[in-house]
Amino acid sequence: MNRPKARQPISTGSDWTFELIETYDREIGRIAADFGLDTYPNQIEVITSEQMMDAYSSVGMPLNYNHWSFGKQFVETEQNYKRGRMGLAYEIVINSDPCIAYLMEENTITMQALVIAHACYGHNSFFKGNYLFRTWTDASAIIDYLLFAKNFIRRCEERHGVDEVEQLLDSCHALMNYGVNRYKRPRPLTAAEERERQCAREEYIQRHLNDLWNTTIPQRGEDDAAQHPHFPTEPEENILYFIEKNAPLLEPWQREVIRIVRKVAQYFYPQKQTQVMNEGWACFWHYTLLHQLYDEGLVTEGFMMEFLHSHSSVIYQPPFNSPHFNGINPYTLGYNMMQDIRRICENPTAEDHEWFPDIAGSHWRETLMDAMHNYKDESFILQFLSPRLIRELKLFSIMDDSSRPTLRVDAIHNERGYRAIREALAAQYNLGNREPNIQVYNVNVRGDRALTLRHYMHNGQPLGDSTNEVLKHLHRLWGFDIRLESVTTDGAVVQAYACPPQAQELAVESIG
Amino acid sequence: MSYIIDRRENAKKKSTVNRQRFLRRYKQHIKKAVEEAIHDRSIRDIDQGGQVTIPKRDISEPAFHHGEGGIRHKIFPGNQEFIEGDEFRRPESGGGAGSGQGKASNQGEGEDDFTFNISQEEFLDFMFEDLELPWMVRKQLKDATSFETRRAGFTSSGSPEKLHIVRSLRAAHARRIALTDKETRQQIRALRKELWALEEAPPSLERNEKLDALRLRIRELEKTSSKLPFLDDFDLRYTNLVRVPMPSSKAVMFCVMDVSGSMTQSIKDIAKRFFILLYLFLNRNYKQIEVVFVRHHTHAKEVDEQEFFYSRETGGTIVSSALALSADIIEARYPPVDWNIYIAQASDGDNWDGDSATCSKILTERILPKTQYYAYVEITSGPHQNLWHEYEHVQEAFKEQFAMQQITDAGEIYPVFRRLFEKRTEGAHESS
Repeated sequence: MNRPKARQPISTGSDWTFELIETYDREIGRIAADFGLDTYPNQIEVITSEQMMDAYSSVGMPLNYNHWSFGKQFVETEQNYKRGRMGLAYEIVINSDPCIAYLMEENTITMQALVIAHACYGHNSFFKGNYLFRTWTDASAIIDYLLFAKNFIRRCEERHGVDEVEQLLDSCHALMNYGVNRYKRPRPLTAAEERERQCAREEYIQRHLNDLWNTTIPQRGEDDAAQHPHFPTEPEENILYFIEKNAPLLEPWQREVIRIVRKVAQYFYPQKQTQVMNEGWACFWHYTLLHQLYDEGLVTEGFMMEFLHSHSSVIYQPPFNSPHFNGINPYTLGYNMMQDIRRICENPTAEDHEWFPDIAGSHWRETLMDAMHNYKDESFILQFLSPRLIRELKLFSIMDDSSRPTLRVDAIHNERGYRAIREALAAQYNLGNREPNIQVYNVNVRGDRALTLRHYMHNGQPLGDSTNEVLKHLHRLWGFDIRLESVTTDGAVVQAYACPPQAQELAVESIG
Repeated sequence: MSYIIDRRENAKKKSTVNRQRFLRRYKQHIKKAVEEAIHDRSIRDIDQGGQVTIPKRDISEPAFHHGEGGIRHKIFPGNQEFIEGDEFRRPESGGGAGSGQGKASNQGEGEDDFTFNISQEEFLDFMFEDLELPWMVRKQLKDATSFETRRAGFTSSGSPEKLHIVRSLRAAHARRIALTDKETRQQIRALRKELWALEEAPPSLERNEKLDALRLRIRELEKTSSKLPFLDDFDLRYTNLVRVPMPSSKAVMFCVMDVSGSMTQSIKDIAKRFFILLYLFLNRNYKQIEVVFVRHHTHAKEVDEQEFFYSRETGGTIVSSALALSADIIEARYPPVDWNIYIAQASDGDNWDGDSATCSKILTERILPKTQYYAYVEITSGPHQNLWHEYEHVQEAFKEQFAMQQITDAGEIYPVFRRLFEKRTEGAHESS
């Protein structure tokens, strides 16, 4: 037998030291490498709880430009923390190269080891491996880019005043979710290139714009509609991009600020789509790695008890009727799915063979790696959620049709319901369903320069009540009238918004 | 491969700027909350910092999102008794627990307003915003008695321990450049270029000889220029330190209050709040503050805080006794050269008829020439009596130092306080 001989535990107390952290990191790193986890180098930073709150409120980034909304978040976090309403996250990890992970000094050595396993090897390998992160983010450049952004915005504030910049950022933030490219792959740029190209870009855009608007002096009497196609010719889903490139009245620095917000939004775009997978992956690996440490005799039973205690509270899913229920816990779902895949590979049942003929009985590490590399939440659930897990979590689906007085349970965890539940749950993680689909539809280039957006309705869902507020922000950026039409699948306009609201009617009234 | 870094000593408060931006944006809300707090709070914790509540709708950041309506499927965990096809009434408010959108309100609670705390410092900032201590600047310069040493550039003479090495070497370098003749330098530069070019070339005997010759020539030329001293006496630069007069940072505040029978507890309460505001305000402007409590009915007495506010006396009122005592105390213990003197007097306006003229005499002759500011508040809802009218003449004569206001109920304390200390910048220009 080649069983490793029981060794001395690394630590027995609960206090941590830098030497201990280093030893744990070395051992966990060794085991992770044995399992085939490919990671960026780690930069582990020990911080205080106060610094953790700072990190929280600048969306987890080590540096970011200044804006009141981050202050609001800080105030909120601080308030909740001081009143004991919430504990701080044990860790924050940043998708950068090297991968930065924060450890809080208040934690015990067990928690530090857990965080190292979870963040420095779990999340880290996910950032490096998952296709969305590989496509959309450039880990080596993000910190430099944020530094560039922070300095640029600070210079703008010095030159144009804090209020001016704040208003612009407010408007950009309102449209932040509509500042991402969903299908094109951006060319990765280093921060140095970015800076160099900024000046060139300013000049080019301004010139290009002037051309566009110069040639579109309104001329009456022509039959425009037939002769002149839409501008833009294709609908544009990246609204901020469209504004950056085409809004007629913006100054060059304002375009650059819009671009910065766009870039930051793009950087976070993959995280929004892989929450379940990312957390599930990290939980699966901290569980697996720490158990391996235990099997090798490197940690004590007390260590394992403390670890399992916090592990199980992290992956606890309160049932729907519990006062603690706050939607499906992504940690629970992700972790259980990862464990379930391993189970399907190692101990498949007849049901698994029927549902997952490709992976039942395959090598679990290869299957998991493949899943991690090539899926996002939506497709991951659609592909891998097993009937067994649906039964375990007792999932059921409710149909809420506003035209009917009652809610209807349309699927439960039984033979007839598995597929429906799986599809509905996957759709729940489809960003395209969660956020209204709004695109730039037309600009009246030969007339009043009004910008028309179209909202392509999904399942007849209308827009929420802050729509008019967002349009005000859009109006500020575009500088001319804004219209927004909600369109059903058969092309009928069911609702229209405008900013300024119904300018024509008001004009008529004042004349009358 | 991991790096472990201890960041605990790094700058904390990274969010300070963002937090300030946030406070700045919601200034109006916070100011309102501060005013309410001052109004409602008991005296003891008036400076405790405070809670500010902002309605959620004022603070939300808008974004496009789906509203109510349409068809949607939601998945929930923990099924107990439902079977396919069950129908039930829609729960009140927001259609049950939300998932996906991340906004759960399955308890039917409305959204809370946004509530947060501001620190004591911030509370006071908002409380005393736009207020100033009148004539502080003038006094500071006139009566400066202490000095502080500050850096003020560089000089060419000084003691050796103040020698500034970088500056000195920079001066020396400039001198050396200025004193070598231009041709020699150009020659050296040309030869160096030649030397570098040769070093690139493939080695050969001829090349080596040439190299040696070049090096020798360069060395000779350099010798002439290196005759210049590397560091000369007049290159030396010294850090210059000057003594700057520092304004006195000590202040004394006199609380003068009538405790005669006509002063009820509620009037005293109002007076106390006023004194506390003044104390907090002075505290922000001076490092060290002493408080002197003088209370009076027919005669005045210096007392401690407890007695000042809580003991009751009866009898008539002679205000001048308190003023005379204050003047004595100033003369005995607080020379105006060292102390900034503030006096706040609270009264219900009662005074013995013959006394008011004496009051104004003591004020104009013994007190006002020495004080920074004298604030008189009359806490009464009735008509003014002779003391007020007498003081009006004093105010005519001492517009800058003497201020008087009337308070009718507790809600007016803060507004009156603001009126007494609001910025009067134009006046400051005239006097300086």
